[in-house]
Amino acid sequence: MARIECPKCHHVVDTPGIVTVCPECGADLRGVMEELAHRREKMRDVAHDDSVTTHEFIVRTKELEKIYVMGEVEVPALRGVEINIRRGEYLSIMGPSGSGKSTLFNMVGGLDKPTKGTCFIEEVDMAQLDAFELAWLRCRKIGYIFQTFNLIPVMTALENVTLPMIFAGMSSDEMMERGAMLLELVGLGDRLHHKPYELSGGQQQRVAVARALANAPAIILADEPTGNLDLQTGKEIIDLLKELNEESGVTIISATHDLKMIDVSDRVVHIRDGQVERIENRADIDLDVGSLGSEADPELDE
Amino acid sequence: MINKELARKLYAEDDRLEPGAEVQRQITLPWGQAARISYRNVTMRLGRAMITGAGVVLGIAFLCSVWTAKVAQEGIARFEATSATYVGGEEASLAPGAEEAEAEAKARAARQAWLVVMSLLVSAVGITNSMLMSVTERFREIGTMKCLGALDEFIVRLFLIESAVLGMLGSIVGAILGHLIMLVVYITKERGVAAMMDWGQMVEYILIALGIGTVLSLFAAVPPAVRAARMPPAAALSTEI
Ligand SMILES: Nc1ncnc2c1ncn2[C@@H]1O[C@H](COP(=O)(O)OP(=O)(O)O)[C@@H](O)[C@H]1O
Ligand SMILES: [Mg+2]
Repeated sequence: MARIECPKCHHVVDTPGIVTVCPECGADLRGVMEELAHRREKMRDVAHDDSVTTHEFIVRTKELEKIYVMGEVEVPALRGVEINIRRGEYLSIMGPSGSGKSTLFNMVGGLDKPTKGTCFIEEVDMAQLDAFELAWLRCRKIGYIFQTFNLIPVMTALENVTLPMIFAGMSSDEMMERGAMLLELVGLGDRLHHKPYELSGGQQQRVAVARALANAPAIILADEPTGNLDLQTGKEIIDLLKELNEESGVTIISATHDLKMIDVSDRVVHIRDGQVERIENRADIDLDVGSLGSEADPELDE
Repeated sequence: MINKELARKLYAEDDRLEPGAEVQRQITLPWGQAARISYRNVTMRLGRAMITGAGVVLGIAFLCSVWTAKVAQEGIARFEATSATYVGGEEASLAPGAEEAEAEAKARAARQAWLVVMSLLVSAVGITNSMLMSVTERFREIGTMKCLGALDEFIVRLFLIESAVLGMLGSIVGAILGHLIMLVVYITKERGVAAMMDWGQMVEYILIALGIGTVLSLFAAVPPAVRAARMPPAAALSTEI
């Protein structure tokens, strides 16, 4: 469907491409339609052109709404979320359980479709992408880390890490070499051929981090990456993510209700009941943490 | 602390990996890699694969036993008919006996047709059920693969290979089992039955059974795999089994 304005009488026509004359004044619309198609084509090209990486915001959401329908009941999980995420920043999304963090994560990561509003990745409207382009985006642009690790249980650490590289069409030798280097990077150079069940939780999450980096994505999305880990191991994973963020410049978006995440974040977006409650910058966070001792914030104590 | 040099290298290296825009746009799963992954899925989950395969084995074993019985009975009947002519000698006594035998053969054929239909149904239900289970319990994995960039058709391809292999192996085991068991049953009844059977026909039936088992497995696995592949990754990831 395309919405076209008649150049003569300014009547607005909705057409799937079959109607080529204005129903009001009979003017020929083909010129306008061609131009529109051309513009769309160009938009698509931008989506695939890595050289165009100068946008300030790598992710923008616009009036993002998600309503889950369960039988008769409608559950509004996101109610008009607008956030702009800068290239290279480490952003934490904080909020109590059920506030809509995972839902936001799914929308930004192209894992589900919003009920209303849209999400832009590098200025490309995700709602306009077809199945192939979405797969490409998930494969090359975004790395995912989950609370439950989600490694493929029948594959070794190395096979898990190289799986996204298979989809990206990398050659076998390159894949093995890069996979081994990635595992080395996350400190599992001696665990290449271990299966997930032979690894501890923290090690599994490291494999997941390596896998998220497989195709050198611009964005890493992490949904409660420390949720299933003990305090110390969780801290190690967060430090790992922070170092990767600093060294490679990958943008990290991490949903959490874990306070440990706060001091590595450049910004913290607090969400509550599906809405952005407030956004804190790093400077403000330092102040907050400083005052925690004297005046504990009951909300942050979760 | 991470190795900073390595971290930078791993990101810089990506430019080298993308010589042309065309390569960059592709999303692929070569058949060789798909076969490797499917092989992994079967061997690593051998227990599960055997349960899935057991549905096929049972169905095809039933089918093959019915067909073995059919061939054996026909063989015996043929043998008895020829010996009856030989023993009876006179033509007058042959006519009514032949009529009786013909009626009996008809009834037997009807009974056997019924059994074949039943065993086909049993195979279909068993195979569908086990394939459905093996897809359903892997929703989460399917969701993960889609997060990593898998197209819907990759998921279907993996299940296609897996179910074809399981279907074929299960059918072979089932056919051998069903055939041998029924053969032994008939040999205990009638010692020389093996010599009376039409083996060309028997081999034909076994091959048909193998085909049916494989095709049924494919048809049983593909619809749920397609459905699972089409789910949005978020939904596939959040299913609890
Ligand atoms: N698949 C779903 N179906 C129905 N309701 C859902 C679904 N996923 C999440 N919700 C609801 O949406 C709200 C937000 O959930 P979620 O995004 O998972 O929160 P969080 O990750 O912050 O804990 C909750 O009220 C939850 O019950
Ligand atoms: Mg959540």
